[in-house]
Amino acid sequence: MSLQIKNLVVYYQTLRGYVKALDDVTFSISDGEIMGLAGESGCGKTTLGNSLIRLEPPMKYIKGDVELDNEKLPVWNSSQMNAFRFKKISIIPQYAMNALNPTIKIGKMISELLSSRKFNYKKIKPELERRLDLVELTHDVLNMYPIELSGGMKQRMVLVLSTLLDPSLLIADEITSALDVSTQKAVAEMLVEFRNRKFVKSMIVITHDISILYQIADSILVMYAGKLAEKASTNVIVNTPRHPYTKLLISSLPKVGVRYTEKKLSGIPGNTPLLLDPPAGCRFRDRCPVAFDRCFEEPPFVEIEKDHYIACWKECTEND
Amino acid sequence: MKRYFGRKTIIYLSTFFLAVTVDWAIPRLMPGDPIMNLLSRVSVRAEASEAMYGYYTKAFGLDIPVWKQYINFWIALFHGDLGTSVYLFPQKVVDVIIMAVPYSIALLVPAILLSFYTGNKFGAFAARTKILDNTLLPVGYLLTAAPYMWLGILLAWSLGIVVGIFPTAGAYDFNMAPSFSWPFIFSLIKHWFLPFLSLFLVQFGGWAIGMRNMIIYELESDYSHYLESLGAPRSLIRKYAYRNALLPQITGLALQLGVIVAGSLVTEVVFSYPGLGSLILSAIQNKDYFLIQGCFLFIIIGVLIANFFIDIAYVIIDPRTRLGMAGE
Ligand SMILES: Nc1ncnc2c1ncn2[C@@H]1O[C@H](COP(=O)(O)OP(=O)(O)OP(=O)(O)O)[C@@H](O)[C@H]1O
Ligand code: SF4
Ligand SMILES: [Mg+2]
Repeated sequence: MSLQIKNLVVYYQTLRGYVKALDDVTFSISDGEIMGLAGESGCGKTTLGNSLIRLEPPMKYIKGDVELDNEKLPVWNSSQMNAFRFKKISIIPQYAMNALNPTIKIGKMISELLSSRKFNYKKIKPELERRLDLVELTHDVLNMYPIELSGGMKQRMVLVLSTLLDPSLLIADEITSALDVSTQKAVAEMLVEFRNRKFVKSMIVITHDISILYQIADSILVMYAGKLAEKASTNVIVNTPRHPYTKLLISSLPKVGVRYTEKKLSGIPGNTPLLLDPPAGCRFRDRCPVAFDRCFEEPPFVEIEKDHYIACWKECTEND
Repeated sequence: MKRYFGRKTIIYLSTFFLAVTVDWAIPRLMPGDPIMNLLSRVSVRAEASEAMYGYYTKAFGLDIPVWKQYINFWIALFHGDLGTSVYLFPQKVVDVIIMAVPYSIALLVPAILLSFYTGNKFGAFAARTKILDNTLLPVGYLLTAAPYMWLGILLAWSLGIVVGIFPTAGAYDFNMAPSFSWPFIFSLIKHWFLPFLSLFLVQFGGWAIGMRNMIIYELESDYSHYLESLGAPRSLIRKYAYRNALLPQITGLALQLGVIVAGSLVTEVVFSYPGLGSLILSAIQNKDYFLIQGCFLFIIIGVLIANFFIDIAYVIIDPRTRLGMAGE
C-alpha cells in the first residue's frame, strides 16, 4: 500500500466554529494507482489534498493517521513534515497558475529551492531538462519569469517541478480545470506518462471533470460534504455505481468534457449542507431519493465487494 | 523600454515646467511689497526713499511687464542666476541657498536612507513575531501618525531641555568658529542629532508598518504556500516575500518624497537648523521673492531628480514592469 489514511478528521477553525470539511476519512491507495477524487465544489477535495502535505491554520488536525509507504506522516507537525515534502509527497496546487514567484527567473528559483534542500542543481539539471522535453517545454523557460509563460506552460512547469525528486505520492489539484479541452487532454496524458515512467509512484487527481478521470484514473473516490461516499475502480464508478449520490452524479453528467459543478448538478435537487453545522446521520439524507429511517444514523464506509467501498445504509442492508 | 523612458522624460519635463511656473507666480501673488520692506530697514529721508524705490525696482527687474519678467526668469534660470536676495542684499540667491543646502541634505539623506532600510527590515522581522507585533508596532503607528513638527518639539523638550544632553537650536555652538577640528565636528553632530532623529523616527514607523502589512500579504500568497509545500525553509520563503514586499515600498518612497521634504523643512524650523527650511521661513517673513523662489526651485529639482532615480530603480528591480515594457 502506498497511502493509507485512517479516520482522518480535519476541520477549519473559524470565528463561528469548526467547519467540518473532512470528517472521518478512511481509504488507501495501492502502489502505482492513479486515484481520481471527485465531488461537488466545496465538498472537501482540496482540504483532503492539503491535509496530507500542508496542514496550516486555519486548518486544524483533529485526529487520524496517515501512512505513506508504511511510514507514518506527521501531518499535524509542519516542521516534521518538511522532511517528507517534495521528496516523498508533493502537490500541484489548485492555484498552480500563481504558484511561481513572479519576480525571479524560474531556473534560479529551482536552483535556490534545491540547494536550500541540500540538493545539487547542477547534478539534477540534465534530468530537469529531459523532463521539460517530455512536457514539451523549451529549456529556455528556465531563463524566463513566470509571467512570460502561458497558463498551460505554467501548469506543466509546476508538474515538472513538483515531481522533480520522484516523490512517492503526487496530489494534482484541478490541474486541468483552467485549460482548454485539447490542452486538458495533453496534460492528463502527461500525468499518466509520469506515473508510467515511475517519476511518481501513485497519484491523487482532484478534478471537476469526471471525463478526465475516465481517461486516466484507475479508481475514483467520490466525496460528499466532507465525507467519503464511494470508492471503486473507474469502471465500476462510471458504469455500475452503488451510492445514490454517485448514481445521480454520473447520470446527471452532461456530455463528456462539460464540467458538472458549473451546472450546479441540475439533476440533483437541493443543496449541500453547510459544513459549519452538518446534519447528524447521512449528510446526503435531505437530497437522497431513497432515504429511510436508518439514515438518521451515520453510515460507515465499508467494503461491499473487493475494492469497492461505500457509505450508504441502503446498499449495506441489502447486502446483509 | 525606450518609449517608456521617453514618456517618463516628457512627464518629468512638463512637471518641471509647471512647477517652475507656479514657483515664479506664487510670491508675486503674495501680499506685501518687497522693495518697501527692504527700504523700511534703512531709515532714509522721504525724497531719497522715493529715488531708491525706483532704483531697486529696476535693479530687481520689477519695472517691466509681468510676461517679460516671466521670460527673463526662465532665461536667467538657464544661466544659473536666481537673482539677488532682497533680505540679504546684495548677496546672490544662489550663494545664499548653497550655504543652506548642505545642512538640509545632511538631515534628509541619512534620515531617508536609514529609516527606509531599518524600517523595512524591522517591519519584516516584526511580522509574525507575536510579541513585537503586539508591542512595538502600535508604537510604529503612533510614530507615523505623529506630525513631524510635533515629534520634533517633543524631542527638543524631552532630550534637549528636560534631560539636557542635546542642544535644541543651531547647527553648532554659537561661540565656535567653523573649523576642521574635532570639537567643532562633535558640536556639529550634537546639533544634527535631534532634528535627524525626529525625521528618522516618523519615517521609520511608516516603513515598518507598511512592510509588516505587505510581507504578511506576500507570505499568504500562492507562491509562498507552494514553496512551503515543497518543504522550502522559512528563510528562503521570507527572502522572496521580503523582496516582493519591498517593491510597493519603493513606489511608496517615491510618492512620499515630497511629504518627507516638507516635514524636514518644518523640522529645521523647530530646531532653528540653518537649512532650506529655516531659510524659507526668513525669506517669507521678509517677503523676499527671489529667495523664496530659489529655495522652492532647489527643492523641486531635487525631488524630481530623486523621483526619477526611484522610477528607474523600480523598473530595474521588478521584472514585471520591465517585461511589460518589452513589447514597446
Ligand atoms: N480557509 C477556510 N476557512 C474556513 N472554511 C474553509 C476554508 N477553506 C475551505 N473552507 C470550507 O471547507 C469546505 C471544503 O473546501 P475545499 O476547498 O476543500 O472544497 P473543494 O472540494 O476543493 O472545492 P472546489 O471544487 O471548489 O475546489 C468548504 O465548505 C469551504 O467552505
Ligand atoms: S445512507 Fe440513506 S440517505 Fe445516505 S445515501 Fe444511503 S440511502 Fe441515502
Ligand atoms: Mg478545491
